[in-house]
Amino acid sequence: MLKNRIIPCLDVKNGRVVKGINFIDLKDAGDPIEQAKIYSDGGADEICFLDITASNENRDTIYDVVDRTSKKCFVPLTVGGGVRSVEDINKLLNCGADKVSINTAAVQNAKVVEDSSRKFGSQCIVVAIDAKRNDTGWEIFTHGGRNPAGINALEFAVKMEKCGAGELLVTSMDKDGTQSGYDIELIQKISSAVNIPVIASGGVGTLDHLVEGIKSGASAVLAASIFHYGTYSVNEAKQYLASKDIPVRI
Amino acid sequence: MNVTIVDYNSGNISSVINSFKEVAKDKVNIEVTSDLNKIKSSDKVVLPGQGSFKSCVDALHNINGLVDTLNQFTIKDKKPLLGICVGLQMFADVGYEETETDGLGWISGKVSKIDNQGGKFKLPHIGWNQLNILKDSKIFNDIKNNSHMYFVHSYEFVPEDKNVITATTDYSSDIVCSVEKENIFGTQFHPEKSDKIGLKIIENFIDL
Repeated sequence: MLKNRIIPCLDVKNGRVVKGINFIDLKDAGDPIEQAKIYSDGGADEICFLDITASNENRDTIYDVVDRTSKKCFVPLTVGGGVRSVEDINKLLNCGADKVSINTAAVQNAKVVEDSSRKFGSQCIVVAIDAKRNDTGWEIFTHGGRNPAGINALEFAVKMEKCGAGELLVTSMDKDGTQSGYDIELIQKISSAVNIPVIASGGVGTLDHLVEGIKSGASAVLAASIFHYGTYSVNEAKQYLASKDIPVRI
Repeated sequence: MNVTIVDYNSGNISSVINSFKEVAKDKVNIEVTSDLNKIKSSDKVVLPGQGSFKSCVDALHNINGLVDTLNQFTIKDKKPLLGICVGLQMFADVGYEETETDGLGWISGKVSKIDNQGGKFKLPHIGWNQLNILKDSKIFNDIKNNSHMYFVHSYEFVPEDKNVITATTDYSSDIVCSVEKENIFGTQFHPEKSDKIGLKIIENFIDL
């Protein structure tokens, strides 16, 4: 039986791990390679690096981080943040990333998703959707949550599946950093609208939130703070999910 | 000993290279090349593969003489070869991803889309799923039944001779996840991404 995945996410800035609250107020804490190794040794099903301010800054540090991590961690590694072009994706994959997540570029130019999934295979193309509630549903944001795109999140999710995305990483902007749980309705709606796996993200504060994420239809749950600050270990999270009859790899 | 990872522009092979180097340490030389003479003279070959069946087959044919060299290595010289993911799928006679495309024809059968029961199962099949070991395979030395392996695929290999299947995994139906036919080995899952158990499978192949 296919297991639900637990994916610890490391926000990386200038080659160092940070974790933001609502995408601002960054604290510096830790070496990404060491952290990733701790997670993979602890049973993480996948590791995610998000290069948070990459859109504005020198990108070279992330390539080095990915290169060094991929020589030590033998679980899938997803890297996102500031990915603009097929060439950026190629570079990250060559450094040892297994999947690349695309946010702003996918919104601005869907062809990047089409071309890259054709060139490298859908299996390594993750489209990251940052969504915020509005009067009619959810609107997507780009540039690390700074710019509203005026596009409906559900429609965008369906479009990205058609363009060749292999997975969707769905982050609630309203919930991110609040530790009050995923936006369950958002995850439910997107999961049932598409036939590709959905990774729930944004808002995890307790282990019950992970359970809720899976129950709402996500194939995988992503969390940063609860693992990063040591509130729970990945193994504790998995044991808890297993105790709630959610299939996980232990 | 020389183990060659065939570099034929089949997508991302960094993880395969990293994992083989991690296991090989200084004992075994890992080559990454499409040089035909180096492939011919190596002791073992690894055939990775990402992307579509068609794109991988096309990429093999784009390197002049590569298919002939692989045929000689595997069918005539009978030296050990490990196909990973689409690398395994290409053992088949034919694949149906994108369009009907001839495979290498080393193990009779076809590669078709996983029946996801009208959307009941998400595709790609991504994540950790369990090995159901059907028969002994040399690459499963010290691998426990029901071990978790990492999968990413939407198509499955359906061999005609079921005796070549060494393990299946359960996703909508029993999907072939490894095969062995004489000197030919293949895994649908990614041993290079399957943590310590995956590395053990790589070690078993190197130790053959």
